[in-house]
Amino acid sequence: MTQAIMGSAEIKKALNRIASEIKKRNKTVENLAFIGIKRRGATLAQRLVKILSKDEKTIPVGAIDITLYRDDLQLIAETPIVRGSEINFDINDKIMVLVDDVIFTGRTIRAALTEILDFGRPKSIQLAVLVDRGHRELPIAPDYVGKRIKTNKDDLVDIYVEEEDNKEGVYVSRK
Amino acid sequence: MLQNNELILSGGTIIDPLNRRMFQSDIYIEDGVIKKIAKNLAVKVHKTSSPAKGSKPESNIKEFDIKGKYVAPGFVDLHAHLREPGREDEETIETGSYAALSGGFTKVCCMPNTEPPIDNEGVVRFILQESARVNFASVLTVGAATKGRKGEEISEIGSLVKAGVVAVSDDGEPISNPFVMRRVLEYTKAFDLPVMSHCEVKALSEDGVMNEGIVSTRLGLRGIPDVSEAAMVYQHILLADYTKSRLHLAHISSKKSVEIIRWAKEKGIDITCETCPHYFSLTDAFCSTFDTNYKVNPPLQTQADVEAIRQGLSEGLIDAIATDHAPHLASEKEVEFDLAPFGMIGFQTAFALGYEELVVKKYLNMVDYIAKLTVEPAKILKLEPPTIEIDKKANLVIFDTKIKWTFKRESIHSKSQNSPFIGKELIGKVMLVITGGRGFDFSKD
Amino acid sequence: MKFNQKNLLTIADISKSEILAILDLTATFRQVLDRPIPVVPALRGKTIVNLFFEPSTRTATSFAIAARRLSADCVNFAAMTSAVTKGETLLDTAKNIEAMKVAGVVIRSSHPGAAHFLAQRLMAFIVNAGDGAHEHPTQALSDVFTIKERIKKMDGLKLLILGDITHSRVARSDISAFTKLGAGVAICGPPTLIPPGIEKIGCEVFYKLDHILSEVDVVQVLRIQLERQQKGLFPSIREYRALYGLTKERLTKLKKPLTIMHPGPVNWGVEMDHEVSVSPHSVILEQVKNGVALRMAILYLLAGGEYPKSSSTEPS
Repeated sequence: MTQAIMGSAEIKKALNRIASEIKKRNKTVENLAFIGIKRRGATLAQRLVKILSKDEKTIPVGAIDITLYRDDLQLIAETPIVRGSEINFDINDKIMVLVDDVIFTGRTIRAALTEILDFGRPKSIQLAVLVDRGHRELPIAPDYVGKRIKTNKDDLVDIYVEEEDNKEGVYVSRK
Repeated sequence: MLQNNELILSGGTIIDPLNRRMFQSDIYIEDGVIKKIAKNLAVKVHKTSSPAKGSKPESNIKEFDIKGKYVAPGFVDLHAHLREPGREDEETIETGSYAALSGGFTKVCCMPNTEPPIDNEGVVRFILQESARVNFASVLTVGAATKGRKGEEISEIGSLVKAGVVAVSDDGEPISNPFVMRRVLEYTKAFDLPVMSHCEVKALSEDGVMNEGIVSTRLGLRGIPDVSEAAMVYQHILLADYTKSRLHLAHISSKKSVEIIRWAKEKGIDITCETCPHYFSLTDAFCSTFDTNYKVNPPLQTQADVEAIRQGLSEGLIDAIATDHAPHLASEKEVEFDLAPFGMIGFQTAFALGYEELVVKKYLNMVDYIAKLTVEPAKILKLEPPTIEIDKKANLVIFDTKIKWTFKRESIHSKSQNSPFIGKELIGKVMLVITGGRGFDFSKD
Repeated sequence: MKFNQKNLLTIADISKSEILAILDLTATFRQVLDRPIPVVPALRGKTIVNLFFEPSTRTATSFAIAARRLSADCVNFAAMTSAVTKGETLLDTAKNIEAMKVAGVVIRSSHPGAAHFLAQRLMAFIVNAGDGAHEHPTQALSDVFTIKERIKKMDGLKLLILGDITHSRVARSDISAFTKLGAGVAICGPPTLIPPGIEKIGCEVFYKLDHILSEVDVVQVLRIQLERQQKGLFPSIREYRALYGLTKERLTKLKKPLTIMHPGPVNWGVEMDHEVSVSPHSVILEQVKNGVALRMAILYLLAGGEYPKSSSTEPS
């Protein structure tokens, strides 16, 4: 059974709200930098930067691939695809906003934090996610959330973005 | 093992390689001697289709129904390594001569590269005594041609002959010095003894471990060029011709050598030679997995060489088939390819390989094939010709060519198991061997 | 991408698409190496044993660095000193390593097939770091990577391998790797150092260097072992240099750009002049740098690939 949770209009609305919260909290976008977790988090980071840099100067944005930082290498049946990370700016003393599409156990975010810290020492890291589906296994909480949804642990949450998937929306499938 | 004073083999096809004939008949054996050869030997006995170990015979006359099977004289192996004395961990006279028997060989020549080598009467006597004691295949000794097999001084061949050697050889090593080889060939004339030559130019084979060619190039293994064997074959043939001595070329493996032998025989030079089952059934491509069971000396050659060996057998250029049975421990063979010793065991697979590669593939008919395992090697050693005739001793092998079987590790009678044929399906099997008044059943192997 | 190998033993064993996948991953690891902290936790908790039976500081170090950059524990099994002198066989050593439960073994041996020997007997993955004159697959793959980075197009590229082909595992692996990617390979050296039948594994053979040198895009210069001269395989170092040395004079006569590789270590003034190795033509140090990234890719793929015994679990 699959249920549509957000459509493209709601995603747009949610991102706009997150963008304004980010601006409000940090007063200025002056020292901000964004990093999205590949692949859909990276797309969402691009969109947030686009919203925020409308009238201002460009905000640095990068993408990371956390495959090499996963803690479950031996559990995956297929060889994982390593896409490489692109952070082409100095992250030292930046206020970083880490962006992902959905937060679940928190392990992906943990891996991403470890990886970012290998690139330098940012002033702080904030976390923005489109969907929080609960069931955290680590003490990690997002600073900005598009939508909180109640799920069972074995539900599948699928997020599609136009740039990657040629369609847009958030769906929950119950087993 | 069976012990009966009288037995009858009924319904089989008799192969008499001496007279080059094959016919159906029953054979009646009494006290180890063939007494009757005739059809339908009417004897009232309790029929037993197959001999059972340990069961008490109800009649003193035992009948074996061998319909559809063949009876031939026991095979003679010109070339085997039985390792005793010295390397009893690899093989002994007892295990080796029993393994030979299980392959159909009732006579087997043991090469002198023992420790100490067979270069004195003492070692010869020890081996012959041990062979008589165990009483399986009778072991014939090949004495060292030179002292310590060093290729320097002629050994006391006169004493060796007196003790019982049937030939001399430095096998494992060539007699590289042509002066020494010439003197060995000349000296043995006094005893009418064949000199068995291991043909290899050491300076050419150097520290090679397999045939030099595309496979060795691919594998990065040091190669032995085929000219290493052929150049020595040529040199020794010239010396034999010059000295008019009896030269026998051991384990011929390559096309080039066959071509030289063809030239020599066409010229009327009186030499003999043998090849081994692996040289007409395997190529160097088998070394590609670095399986050391394929490491032999001379090395396995190419398909063209295999073809030339088969052709050489077919045309009678190659006189005999010998096993070059060379037992080595698993611990010696389970090492990197270039560190492993040369050699494979060969008694139990020899007959089947020859049958499949030569008879089935029509290079030899059955009688000529059996001749290469019996009368031809016997002729080289000047033994009494193996035959199936009345009043002759029964040295017989009974085999079945319809049986497909898998050579299993558990069935190996040798102390060593270095065979590349383990797990392989073979056609034709030795079922029963009768020698020295005893019968040995190998049908369950 | 699916990498289906349990081991890396020879280039012959792997497909073109697997080679390309390895090269892609190598590019990623090259980026990792340029990070402020050039370490990723991918193989944390895994142990890799460096089993070197031949002295080879470069390759052993390259593997050790690669393993550590992936956060694996890398242990050097002192094969040179302990095993050989105590008469231990490779089988003994293998069984001991097996008992220590390591993820992978990197083996260097002077015996062709030594890596195969281990692969046939161990559950751990095996990387062949050079087995006699047989193969040296990680060297060849990093050579391919180096050339692909510099020249981009492999199809139609002409590579010359120069020197002692007979005793060279690099030559065999290079021939295999470059031809798989569509490059043409020529070899050149004294006829006494060219093994029989080599042309049948996909290369053209030349005995005169000057003819072929101006025809090719890349030359891989092999180290000439000075003891080969003592074995009578060529008359003298002087004559070798005159006929087959990559001298600066030869370089000035070229009509088109040439990229120069050498798997190291170089005998200066014998197979190559020092000036040649530091010229802009040379990518020798690139080869070394890429070697680490390439070896990271290999260790990562072999350690993270399918595990035959564990039932697959859902990724979290």
